[in-house]
Amino acid sequence: MVQLTDFQDLQRQAMADWESLHQDGRPIIMVGTATCGRSAGSLEVLDALRAATEKQEIDCHIFEVGCTGACYAEPLVYIIKPDQPAIVYGDVTPQLAPRLIQSYLIKDNPLPRYSIGTFGNGRIEGIPDLFSTPVFEPQARRALNRCGFIDPTSLEHYLANDGYTGVTKAFAIGPEQVIEEVKNAGLRGRGGAGFPTWRKWRFCRDAPSDQKYLICNADEGDPGAFMNRSLLEGDPHAVLEGMIIAGYALGASIGYIYCRAEYPLALERLRGAIKQAKEHGLLGDNILDSGFDFHIKIKEGAGAFVCGEETALIASIEGKRGMPTPRPPFPAVSGLWGKPTIINNVESLADVGLILQNGSDWFAEYGTEKSKGTKTIALVGKVKNTGLVEVPLGITLRELVFDIGGGAPDGKAFKAVQTGGPSGGCIPESLLDTPVDYDSLNAAGTIMGSGGVVVMDERTCMVDFARYFLDFAEKESCGKCVPCRLGTKQLLGILEDICAGNGRPGDIEMLEELGRGIKAGSLCGLGQTAPNPVLTTIRYFRDEYEAHIHEKRCPAGACKSLISYYINNDLCVGCTLCAQNCSTSAITGEFKGPHYIDQDICTQCGVCYTVCPKKANAVEIISPSLRL
Amino acid sequence: MEKIKLTIDGLEIEAEAGTSVLDAALANDIYIPHLCHHPDLKPVGACRLCGVDVNGRMEMSCLLPVREGLDVKTNSPEVGATRQVAIELLLADHPQGCLSCGASLQCELLHIADHIGVDGERIERLRRPSEPLPIDNSNPFFSFDPNKCVLCGICVRTCEDIVGLGVLDFVNRGSRTVIGTFGNEPFIDSICESCGECVVRCPVGSLAPKRWQRPSHEVQSTCVYCGVGCGIYLGVKGDQVVSVRADRERPSNQGSLCVKGRYGYNFINHKDRLTTPLIKKEGQFVEATWDEALDLVAEKFADYKGSEFAALASAKCTNEDNYLIQKFTRAVMQTNTVDHCARL
Repeated sequence: MVQLTDFQDLQRQAMADWESLHQDGRPIIMVGTATCGRSAGSLEVLDALRAATEKQEIDCHIFEVGCTGACYAEPLVYIIKPDQPAIVYGDVTPQLAPRLIQSYLIKDNPLPRYSIGTFGNGRIEGIPDLFSTPVFEPQARRALNRCGFIDPTSLEHYLANDGYTGVTKAFAIGPEQVIEEVKNAGLRGRGGAGFPTWRKWRFCRDAPSDQKYLICNADEGDPGAFMNRSLLEGDPHAVLEGMIIAGYALGASIGYIYCRAEYPLALERLRGAIKQAKEHGLLGDNILDSGFDFHIKIKEGAGAFVCGEETALIASIEGKRGMPTPRPPFPAVSGLWGKPTIINNVESLADVGLILQNGSDWFAEYGTEKSKGTKTIALVGKVKNTGLVEVPLGITLRELVFDIGGGAPDGKAFKAVQTGGPSGGCIPESLLDTPVDYDSLNAAGTIMGSGGVVVMDERTCMVDFARYFLDFAEKESCGKCVPCRLGTKQLLGILEDICAGNGRPGDIEMLEELGRGIKAGSLCGLGQTAPNPVLTTIRYFRDEYEAHIHEKRCPAGACKSLISYYINNDLCVGCTLCAQNCSTSAITGEFKGPHYIDQDICTQCGVCYTVCPKKANAVEIISPSLRL
Repeated sequence: MEKIKLTIDGLEIEAEAGTSVLDAALANDIYIPHLCHHPDLKPVGACRLCGVDVNGRMEMSCLLPVREGLDVKTNSPEVGATRQVAIELLLADHPQGCLSCGASLQCELLHIADHIGVDGERIERLRRPSEPLPIDNSNPFFSFDPNKCVLCGICVRTCEDIVGLGVLDFVNRGSRTVIGTFGNEPFIDSICESCGECVVRCPVGSLAPKRWQRPSHEVQSTCVYCGVGCGIYLGVKGDQVVSVRADRERPSNQGSLCVKGRYGYNFINHKDRLTTPLIKKEGQFVEATWDEALDLVAEKFADYKGSEFAALASAKCTNEDNYLIQKFTRAVMQTNTVDHCARL
């Protein structure tokens, strides 16, 4: 058995190693190899860096780190020279990698134009301080504080950065006090509904049972959301630490992590972290001689969105089809295998670790009166700086979209922002000063959700946007209850008709009536929120629906059936690029001569619009369609 | 059993503690529309039709336990609007061939639509399903038409909880969800034993017997296939048996039947069935009276007492018949050599 003193020795050793990592005079090279980095080619960059340092015979530390959140600049490479701040290089290619080594490590030229910022002590001329840049300055990185800065496969790195001190603190103060601490912190569930975490724990702790379970809900399924994945990939021990503390507070000896199988890297990192925690006595029987036993099992989900719903998730772990069951009984009273069960989101659990490490006052420094702390957000869509951010609750959507996100790219005008994924609603520009907190977003007709934020610009059709989310909800409905199964199908059918120019007068009212019926009648949260994208787009963008139905016109120029591409020959320079790229040979025209699109052959793929040189900008989108 | 008083739509009723509001209402002749509820099965709250208003909050009455002083409204505007949407969605998704459907007037969906009242124009506003799904006719006794299925899940729960086989489950997701066997194979290739318990509980015409006629009257009887002695009602039309229905009151089967008892009744009116004893005379079987046959058997038995005699009884006989056989063999034929085909 591992005693508390053994753990403290381990911790001291880890801190000493961390210190020497930064002080031994060798440069450090870190590469962001979370899934986002890998898909941008960071593993190739890592290989190139290794090859370059070997070739140049540079004695340095090279290791992989998780995601810092700057997805727009992946692959990211961090180079720290002794006594210098870390330089973060963005958009690094395998070709650029050896140049960085050669230029910065050997010749001491940091190549500022490839860098997005520095962090740590000191400044480097020509490179801004990363955390003072508009993207990072408004952020408050707490749950993500280690993400991207430590090696996620290293327990020592985690320990050297306050890791597992939350667990020792919890054991020192006892389970009742742990719940009290989480209550004082004002932590609300980060998975979407925002229920106070301590209250849920209280129900479960007070429920008499010989066995209780804790489940970490890592079934992140919203389109465009990747907060939990990034955290699991970049700092898996943070989630394990939160689980140990939660399990201790509840009196649960078994914890499950329900993680979707589409997250292979997160699963790999979790398995590795669990193995390390077991080896060092942080998981298992009688953890650090506290008398508390806790075991963690991983259950891979098959990618059903509905399995994020608590009762469906439990059914899935039990080996049944992932279908929700009516509540009561609530899982806190009768959950997995009929035993009291608490399901907490990945981020909630990471926050629990932070609360115990730093205290509830520290946690509650940020946030509003009713929504304390910070929130990780996946900022995606038509925004310049897409990525993973963490902001204090209460920041306005405007700050999020324009300050951090940098607004819509390519000079397009911002139109709307969707929060909460398929369950959330759209917010128009007029409401952009809405604070990002549970209650304000609810009042605006949407939800906080798990933290996915999708930005739309003037080229996004709001009817098409609603159609996209209903298509998702209709496919992901479990099929159990009538309003959700058949209602989402009807909503989708009507939206498809409207987008195709087959909308009928009365369809908007039909959508609203069905939407209300589905919300009121559905069995679980999926159906109860599925109509939100439709209802909020009707609420804020009714004119777009009416233009589609009555004028067969798509104001955003996005719905293919309602638009035509047209070449304005007053602007056309006759470069022939459009004709060369047209997949259906619908464009005719000579070099330096006028060009024409045969509307009968054109499939509205939009390639001509994309390839037309910016300075000419001769391809126009016309709606209603020119086709008869 | 403790009695509880509650009010439904202003009427005070009494119900047994532990029952649901839906069961209490139905027991008191107050109809609340419901599609996925079946008295033999645990409630699941899937159809969302049985919603009632309790202090302005909608609850599914199949899941709501009765409690003292509960005041329930079955048709408040909110509950009514939600139910209206649900039934319209179901009808828009359902084939419109009621006249040729086997469920006919037994159809629960029709019953509910009739109760709620449906505006045909509103249904027309909704989008109809495009391509019909193929009908599974592989089972010799019943067919499965997924187009008529309302996914109440009664068949799934029946097979799992009553029959204990678990042949059926929900397959696919969203609006593509259908009821299916393992791997969504045809019924004939599944582990289905064709007992038909799901078929009799299907509230619509989705699972329907292939050979069925409405009887003019029913005769209470006992199934002849085995010693269990399941209680049945034989449906009769003229001098023909046209249907079999399980007797829910008979202790031995409590409303259940197997494939033979439920579907194997065509032998009754079959032309090859022996209706009189036959005696072989000059190498040919000749029809005889029971007296002639019994006399002949008695006469021959007299020649083979003791170890020359053995009796093998049939499992299709009742326990009483089998008791008599062994008594006859031991007492009259004076041998213990008596056996039964089910002892193998």
